[in-house]
Amino acid sequence: MNEIAIVGYGNTKFSREEIPVESLLLNATKSLFDQNPNLNQKDIDAVLVSTNDNTKYLSAILSELAGIQPKTSHTVESLCNSGTNSVVSAYSYIASGLADVALVVGAERRNSPGQILEWDNSRGEFKHPIFWGTIFTKAHKRKFGTTEEDLATVSAKNHKYAHDNPNAYSNKIYSVEELMNSKILTDDLKVSDCSRPCSGASAVLLVSEKVVKKYSDNPVWIKGIGQKTLSASFTKNQDFSSMSSTREAAKIAFDMSNFDPNDVDVAEIHDAFTVCELMAIEDLGLVSKGDGAKFVKTLYETGDRKINPRGGLIGSGHPLGATGIAQIIETTQQLQGIAGKRQIENAKVGLVHNMSAAATSSTVLLLKS
Amino acid sequence: MSVFELELKKGKFVISECLTCKDVVWPPSEYCSICFEKVNWRKSDRIGKILEYSKKGDMFFCLAEFEKKIRIIGTLQVYSNQPEIGKKIKLDTCEVHGGNYNFTMTLV
Repeated sequence: MNEIAIVGYGNTKFSREEIPVESLLLNATKSLFDQNPNLNQKDIDAVLVSTNDNTKYLSAILSELAGIQPKTSHTVESLCNSGTNSVVSAYSYIASGLADVALVVGAERRNSPGQILEWDNSRGEFKHPIFWGTIFTKAHKRKFGTTEEDLATVSAKNHKYAHDNPNAYSNKIYSVEELMNSKILTDDLKVSDCSRPCSGASAVLLVSEKVVKKYSDNPVWIKGIGQKTLSASFTKNQDFSSMSSTREAAKIAFDMSNFDPNDVDVAEIHDAFTVCELMAIEDLGLVSKGDGAKFVKTLYETGDRKINPRGGLIGSGHPLGATGIAQIIETTQQLQGIAGKRQIENAKVGLVHNMSAAATSSTVLLLKS
Repeated sequence: MSVFELELKKGKFVISECLTCKDVVWPPSEYCSICFEKVNWRKSDRIGKILEYSKKGDMFFCLAEFEKKIRIIGTLQVYSNQPEIGKKIKLDTCEVHGGNYNFTMTLV
C-alpha cells in the first residue's frame, strides 16, 4: 500500500482569547507554509478542516483565504477526536490514490459548541463533561485505589511539561500540594483535574511516498491506525474505570503497524481529565491495569517526558478540533528529534491517543521516524 | 417529539422494546437497533440500582441502571442511609426542563 508521511505542520498559540475560527485556521495554515518553503498552493489536492464550530463551509473558506483550489475539501466533526479523524480521512484519500498532498487544519474557539453532547439525554441534567469525568474518577479510585495525590501528580506533570511548550495555554508550574488544594468541583474532581477549553489551531501536511522528497528529508510515517466507536451515550460504557474503545483501537493500530506497546518511545494521551491519562496508558497496554498512577509518579519525579511531553490537554489547553492535530505535531517533532527542551532521547516510535465523549470513541495512531 | 419525550413531559418513564428481539431498546428509539422493527412502548420498572455516584456540593448524583439495560444519571435524594454501589433506588420523578431530561431518585 501507498506509504503516507507527515512532512509539515503549523500551530497557533492556544489561549483564552476570542478569535474568529477563520482567522485561527488561516494562521495555522500560514505557519505551515512559512515552515515549508517547497510547498505551493497548487500542490494541494485536499483541504480538510477539523472543528466543532457551527460556521458552514469552512474548508472552502480556508482554501479561498489561503489561495488553494483543492480537488477535495470538507469539514470533519467528531467532537474531541475530530483532529485525528480528519487526519485518518486525509490518509485515506492519499492511500486510495485520490490525492498526493493533503492539508489538514483543526481549529476551535474557546466557546465551542462541541463541549457538550446535547443528544445524550441519558445523562439527564448532568451533561457537562465534569460529570462523566467524576464518574470515571470515582470508578478508578474504587477499583484501583487511585488517590487525590495520584491525580494531582498527573496535573503537576503536565503543567510542568507545558512550561516548555511555547504554544501552551498554561505556563505556570504547580506543586502537587497546590493542585490538591485547587477548587473542588465535585467530591471526586477538582479544577486542576480538568483540561480547559480554549482557542487555537494546528495544521499538518500529509503526502504520499511518491512526492515525499520534495517536502522533507526527515518525514514521519503513519504506520498504524486504529479506531473504534462503541456508542454515543456515555452511559453505554460497560466499565467506568477503563476505556473499551481505546483498548480496541489500540489493538487495531498495533496489529496494522506490527509494533507492540514496548516499542513506544513517546505517547500523546488524551488527558481530558487527570484520570483519563491513567486509564488510557493502562488500556493502551503501556502499563498494566492499575499501575498507571505509579508509572506517572515516576515520570514526574524523574522528569521523563514519555507521556504527554508538550503538557497534554491539561497543560496545553483543549481546543477540540485542533487537539488531535497538535498531538500529531508534537509526536512528529519528537520523532524528527527537533522538540528542543521537550525532546525525548532517540525517540523512534510515537503513539497518539485521541478520544471523544467520555471514550465512547477513540483513535490511536502509531508514527515512526 | 418522540413518544418517550411526550410521556416524560407527563412525568411518565416509558421505554421502547422490540417484541421481535424481546429486548429493551436504549436509548429510546422508534426502531430496534438490531432488527429495525418498530418498537413497542411500555412503562419501565422504576426500581433500579446504583452503578456509581458522587456529590456536588450538598447534592448527590448517581448513575443508575433499570431492567439491566437502561442507564440514566440523575439527582439522588439522600435522607438517612448513605448511597452504596448496587444499592436499590427508586426513580421518583422525571421531567423535561429547558430541553434537558431531569431524573430524581431516592434510596429504597
